[in-house]
Amino acid sequence: MEAIEVYHISKRFGSVQALDSVSFTVRPGELFGLIGPDGAGKTTLFRLLTTLLTPDSGSAKVDGYDIVRDYLAIRSHVGYMPGRFSLYPDLTVEENLDFFAALFGVTVEESYDLVAPVYKQIEPFRKRRAGKLSGGMKQKLALSCALIHRPHVLFLDEPTTGVDAVSRSEFWDMLAGLKQRGITILVSTPYMDEASRCDRIALCNEGRILGIDTPEDIVHRFEERLYAIRADQMFPLLAQARQVEGVMECYPFGETHHLVADSRFDVGNFVQQLSGLDGLTIRPVEPTIEDVFIKWMKR
Amino acid sequence: MKNNFLSFVKKESLHILRDNRTMLIVMLIPVVLMILFGFAISTEVNNIRIAAVAPDRTDGVRDAVARIAQNDYFSFYGYIGNDRIDQKLRSGEVNAVVVFAPDYDRRMAQVAAGVPSPPVIQLILDASNVNTAGAATAYLQNILLGSASQQALFETRMLFNPQMKSAFNFVPGIMGLIFILVCAMMTSVSIVREKEAGTMEVLLVSPVRPVKIILAKMIPYFVISCIVLVMILFLAYYLLEVPMSGGVAGIFSLSLLYLLLSLALGLFVSTIARTQVAALLISAMVLMLPILMLSGLLFPIENLPKFFQIISNIVPARWYIDAIRKMMIQGAPLLEVWVNGTVLFGMTVVLLGVSFKKFNDKLE
Repeated sequence: MEAIEVYHISKRFGSVQALDSVSFTVRPGELFGLIGPDGAGKTTLFRLLTTLLTPDSGSAKVDGYDIVRDYLAIRSHVGYMPGRFSLYPDLTVEENLDFFAALFGVTVEESYDLVAPVYKQIEPFRKRRAGKLSGGMKQKLALSCALIHRPHVLFLDEPTTGVDAVSRSEFWDMLAGLKQRGITILVSTPYMDEASRCDRIALCNEGRILGIDTPEDIVHRFEERLYAIRADQMFPLLAQARQVEGVMECYPFGETHHLVADSRFDVGNFVQQLSGLDGLTIRPVEPTIEDVFIKWMKR
Repeated sequence: MKNNFLSFVKKESLHILRDNRTMLIVMLIPVVLMILFGFAISTEVNNIRIAAVAPDRTDGVRDAVARIAQNDYFSFYGYIGNDRIDQKLRSGEVNAVVVFAPDYDRRMAQVAAGVPSPPVIQLILDASNVNTAGAATAYLQNILLGSASQQALFETRMLFNPQMKSAFNFVPGIMGLIFILVCAMMTSVSIVREKEAGTMEVLLVSPVRPVKIILAKMIPYFVISCIVLVMILFLAYYLLEVPMSGGVAGIFSLSLLYLLLSLALGLFVSTIARTQVAALLISAMVLMLPILMLSGLLFPIENLPKFFQIISNIVPARWYIDAIRKMMIQGAPLLEVWVNGTVLFGMTVVLLGVSFKKFNDKLE
C-alpha cells in the first residue's frame, strides 16, 4: 500500500482551474516534495489530501483511506501544518502543545520521544507566548504540534516560507530525522534549492504536475547544452542573445543569463553576432532543477 | 474524551482572559449603561422653570403659585410682567408661563359653582422640547385643576411604577441589549477569528468534531454572561431600586434561556461571516438595530407602524424585554410569561439546529 495515491484529481474555484488532473503516488516513509511557484495549486492539493476540500473529479487515498469516503479516519492519522502560522499567538508554547495533544486525545508525555528532537529547541521558551517567537521557532512549534499524535503521514505546506536561511536548513535536518522514524512526509516549497533535500520531487505549475523524479535524476532530463552568459550590459545582452541562430531560450538566472542551445549553436559564432557589450563571458554549466522547471513550464 | 473537552474550555478561557481590554469592556459596558440609562438619561421631567403673570395677586393666585412652587418637578421663577413673556421663554430662562386672569378669584368661584366660564388660566410653553412641554402641561393642569373643583373629576393611580421612574423601563431593555452584545457578538467574533487566522483548518484536521469545539467555545462566554447578569440584577435592585417583585429566580431562569439564545445567534452569525469585521458588523447591524428599534426598548411597540410591529415578532429581545418588564415591575411570576418563554425556547432550538447543520467541517 502506498502512503499517498492521487489519481487524476481536479479542483476548480470559479473560473480558476486550481488543479487539473493531477496524479502521483508517495511511498511509505518517503520525503516527497512539491516544488512550484505561488498559484501552482500546492495549497489546494494539501487541502484536498487533508480532507478540508472535496475534489471535483478524480480520487485519492491517504494511508489507505479514501479522502472523500473515509475523511474522518484520515483526520486522525495525518499531521497538517498549513502555509501560514496557525497556532494561537496569545497562548504560550506549552499551552499550544498541550491543546493540540488534547485535540488528538493524547498527552505530551506519550509522544515526547517523537516530538523531542524538534520541541527541545523551543522548550527553553515554553512560557513565552507563541506570537512572540521568531519565524523559525514558530515553525518548530507548529511542527511539534503537528507531530503530537504520532501521525503516519505529515503534510507540510510551505513550512520554510518566511524563515531565515539557518532555520530553513535546520528544519530540513529535522524532516530527515522524522523520515528515519518511518513517517511519510509530503512537503511543498517555492524554493528550488530545497528540492535536493527530498527523496523525490514533483515540479508543478498552474495546477498541473510537469514531471516527477529524484532531485538527482530530474536534472538529467535536461538534455540540451546550457551556457551561463554575462556582460556589463545585462539587458541588451538578453535581447541580442535571443536573436542569435541556435539559441532556443535565454532567461535571467541569478547574476547571469542561462542560454539553452540546440545543435546549430556555436560559441565563436555567438560572440561575433553580439555588439556593443563589454566584459562578455560565456561558459557551459550543468543544468539545475530550476532550468528543468523553466524548460517544462514553457513546453 | 471528557478530558479534552475541558482542555478546549480552558484554552478558550485563556483567550478571553488574556484579552484584557475586551474583558474590561464586557464588564464595564453593563455598569456604564445601567448608570447612564438609570440616572443620566431619563425621560422624567424635572426642574421645569415656571413664571407667573398675575395682574392681581389675590389669595387664589398666591395659593396656586404656592402649589406650583412646592411641586418637586417645578421651580418657581417669579412673577413677570405681561410684556416679558416672550422674552423670558425665548431666552430659556423659563420653560413655561402661567397667566392668571385679572379677576381670577371671582371666576374660579364661578367655575366651582358650575357656571360656564371662559378660560381663566393661560399656559404658555416652550415646546422646543416636546417631552418637557407635554409633561409640564399635564402636571400644571393637574395642580391648577385641583384648586378649581374641590371634588376632583379623576383619580389617577399609577400602578407598578407609581413614581414613573424611567430606570424601571430601561433595565429590562439594557438586559436585552447587553446579552446579545456579550454572547452573540463575542462568540461569533471568536469563532470567525479561528477561520481568519487559519487555526480552524488545523482544528478540522483532527478527530474532534466541530460541534464539540464550538460548544467548548460557548461555555466561557456563558459563564461571563452569567456574571454580567448577576451584576445587572444587583445594580438594578440596590442602585436603581427596581422592585423585582415577580421573583429573582424567575427573572434569572428566563435570562439564562435568553443567554443561550444569544449564544445560538452568535453561532449562527459565525456560520455566515468569513471575517471578524463582517461578524462584528452583522452583530451590530442585524442584531443590535432591531433590538434598539423594534424591541420596545426605545419606542413602545404599539406606536410602530403595522409592518414593523409584525417584524418585531421575530426579534428575540422583544419577547425577553416584555417578559422581564412584567416580572420585574408588574410582579408577574415566571408562569405568567410562559408565552414569551416558549417563543424564546423555540427560537433557541431553531437557531441551534440551523447553525449546527450549517457549520461545515470542510472549508467550502
